[in-house]
Amino acid sequence: MVDTIEFVLNRKPVRLQVEKDRALLWVLRTDLGLTGTKFGCGTGACGTCTVIINQEAVRSCQIPMADVKSKEILTIEGLAMNGRLHPLQQAFVDNNALQCGFCTPGMILNAYSLLLKNSAPTEAEIIAGMEENLCRCGSHIRIVQAIQTAAKQMRG
Amino acid sequence: MKEIKMHNPESSVAEALSVDRRQFLKILGGGIIVYFAPGLPSYAPDTIAAGGPALPKDFNAFLSIAEDGRVSCFTGKVEMGQGIVVSLAQMLAEELDVPLGSVNMVMGDTDLCPWDAGTYGSMSVKYFGPPLRAAAAEARAVLIQLAGERLGVAPERLETKSGIVCEKQSPDKKVSYGELAKGKRIERQLPDKPSLKAISGFTISGKSPLRTDAVLKVTGTAKYAGDISLPGMLYARILRPPAHGAKLLEAETSAAEKIPGVQVVRERDLIAVLHSRPDEAENALKAIKAKFSRPETNLNDGNIFERLLAAAPAGKIVAEAGDISQGKGMASKVTQATYTQGYVAHAPMETHTAVAKMDDGKVTVWASTQQPFGAQKQVAEALSLPLQNVRIITPFLGGGFGGKNDNKQAVEAARLAKLTGKPVQVAWTRAEEFFYDTFQPAAVVKVESGLDASNKIVFWDYHVYFAGGDKAPSFYDIPHKKTTAYGSWSESRSSHPFGTGPWRGPNGNTNTFARESHMDELATKAGMDPLSFRLDHVQDKRLLRVLDSAAKAFGWSSAPSPSGKGRGMACGIYKGTCIAAMGEADVDKSSGRCQVKRLVCVQDVGQVVNPEGAKMQMEGCAMMGLGYALSEITRFRDGEILDLSFDTYQLPKFSWMPKIETVLIENPDVPPQEGGEPMITLMGALVANAIFGAIGVRFHELPMSPERVLKALNESRGKSGKG
Ligand code: FES
Ligand code: FES
Repeated sequence: MVDTIEFVLNRKPVRLQVEKDRALLWVLRTDLGLTGTKFGCGTGACGTCTVIINQEAVRSCQIPMADVKSKEILTIEGLAMNGRLHPLQQAFVDNNALQCGFCTPGMILNAYSLLLKNSAPTEAEIIAGMEENLCRCGSHIRIVQAIQTAAKQMRG
Repeated sequence: MKEIKMHNPESSVAEALSVDRRQFLKILGGGIIVYFAPGLPSYAPDTIAAGGPALPKDFNAFLSIAEDGRVSCFTGKVEMGQGIVVSLAQMLAEELDVPLGSVNMVMGDTDLCPWDAGTYGSMSVKYFGPPLRAAAAEARAVLIQLAGERLGVAPERLETKSGIVCEKQSPDKKVSYGELAKGKRIERQLPDKPSLKAISGFTISGKSPLRTDAVLKVTGTAKYAGDISLPGMLYARILRPPAHGAKLLEAETSAAEKIPGVQVVRERDLIAVLHSRPDEAENALKAIKAKFSRPETNLNDGNIFERLLAAAPAGKIVAEAGDISQGKGMASKVTQATYTQGYVAHAPMETHTAVAKMDDGKVTVWASTQQPFGAQKQVAEALSLPLQNVRIITPFLGGGFGGKNDNKQAVEAARLAKLTGKPVQVAWTRAEEFFYDTFQPAAVVKVESGLDASNKIVFWDYHVYFAGGDKAPSFYDIPHKKTTAYGSWSESRSSHPFGTGPWRGPNGNTNTFARESHMDELATKAGMDPLSFRLDHVQDKRLLRVLDSAAKAFGWSSAPSPSGKGRGMACGIYKGTCIAAMGEADVDKSSGRCQVKRLVCVQDVGQVVNPEGAKMQMEGCAMMGLGYALSEITRFRDGEILDLSFDTYQLPKFSWMPKIETVLIENPDVPPQEGGEPMITLMGALVANAIFGAIGVRFHELPMSPERVLKALNESRGKSGKG
């Protein structure tokens, strides 16, 4: 069932003719060419496809297009503004919080929503909040450090 | 004094250039190019002897300095997270005297890069580093010579600095590399005896610059194979058997064919559906009704070890010292133990992916592969094309760990591109990834050993089934020892019910688990502290230093195990890298879950090119190693893989994270060794020893999952009558 779906993507309005049951992940990656959102499992189990919808981290492989109607979506491509990295991105770079980098967009966006809810998380809160995002390279330690660094910086 | 052969390379190089190499020169344009020449330079033989990759035999560029001063390094190695995109650039920049930022790494492109066996076995810096440095040294010598002519100054009065050549006494008299390269086409071969810089003068190597790929990766602009999109590209989904060994009986594709935009392709074993959108292709695949025969092998993850032992080829003695029977005569306490490890998946976050396009009988494949040149050969064979008509381009890899050497997906994409005449992307699903993984092979180790009255090991009789290799022989100082291998991990592929292959630390994990667990068992028998017991049997000075530094950093106090404290240790010598790790774990007696709370990892890798990079690799090894120690095993039944998702195949998560302290021992006397693998091999035994320390239960099988721990706890309670 094709439907017209309007939403805001990385601060710009988008209007798409698209089947309502298609997963947001594939629409982002193929129809919209935003390949920063990664496919890792397609079943909601890994978090590489994480995007932000209305300030909440969600797994785009599990989100049908019908659900994004009138919503505000932020993907990794929309995080840096005016050519400047977001503090989380900068902290991931500075802390070497990545190896292969495939989990990185999902990690950063999941952390982004975590910090929206809790601007000064403890280490235990970061671990709990990041728990279901998988990283096979074992960058976990530095990811936690990067989130702590960014949180501090964002609090000013 | 510098020794540069001032032959006329232009003619000899040109003669030896094959047609495609001339093509390559055209792509490269002018400038200064340093090749690897046929005939091996003096530093090559031991890399070959050590089982390293064969070096290129044709003329291939290693580096070029373009007319605009840009330096490009061409390597068949690929970047899959291990950070060589930085460490190799550092080695080059150091030797050539250019800013790190001016080095452009061209990796894994079979049209542009020197032939390479593949990126595995943690060998990039160790084996590719020396010729790369030699090439840079040669280029620098050429630049100095050219500058001498240009400036009218004798070469010995010149020096290089950050991309320029200047006179030592009057630095204003200078010329940049770009100016020197302009309008030139200078080709050089690698010198036989490169005159390399002294390590003491290093300013780039030995530091930890920020990763050049990091900004791309945090902004989502880094391209992986699945991010390549070509006009008119179709996404393919392929019909798969439900089990290894299953045969296709019939497939009904008409329903799929009716879906608008779907193309169904069938060629021999390959049945695929294609669509311009991957999710539509997925739907079309579901519309295919297929019947397969199901094999009945009665083989599963429970009985596999028995079967492997029964099927094992004859043993070969791979290392021997003294005489076991004599050693047995000296022993007062004999210990026998069997250790097992099941199949372990690589599970990179990026599944096998490739994009292929065909033009004028030439195929280009962007592939997530650790072996671009292997893929080139496989694609050429599958499509009956000459090798030079196949180009493999390797974008960033979303993890490899030894699992991306087989290139099945690259061949599939190429075949489908040929059959459809359109660009095709093949990206495996997670289930396909788990199904077609080339698992770390299941293996068995049997050890018999003896202690004499003074608690010295007098004999060590080690039998390894399906994991034989360089990590099997013990480095401990034991007068009578013998290692017998029944099938190496790589030779014995056909004995396994599905694909197996290298996995981070090939043949290191099972063997180290057996050796280091056994050492602790002997220490317990001797009533000794596990560290003191090991120290009594280690002579290697580097290893002693590593052990000493681990003990200090950890605060290891001497106590026999089990101390009730959950401490565990393990050490090793891994292809020239000395390692030790000590840790502390808690075992939750109600859930059986083991939590490693603290870990100290110490590594001596010789010269350190990038300290932070080396530490990241150690941390990554520790985290990944906790997986095979505590949860990872692939269950199967009659060729069917039962763990096809992250729901049941559990990777280490954030909450597993111990406090990790990593210590690098600088060792400038030893050339850089590799650091991407060694530490992972210690994790199995370290955890087993720590669990024993905590609850007094000894595990001989990996992984030590909560269920197994719980079961063992119940059994031991039953035995002691407390249950
Ligand atoms: S791809 Fe969506 S959670 Fe894994
Ligand atoms: S950095 Fe490779 S999966 Fe996280």
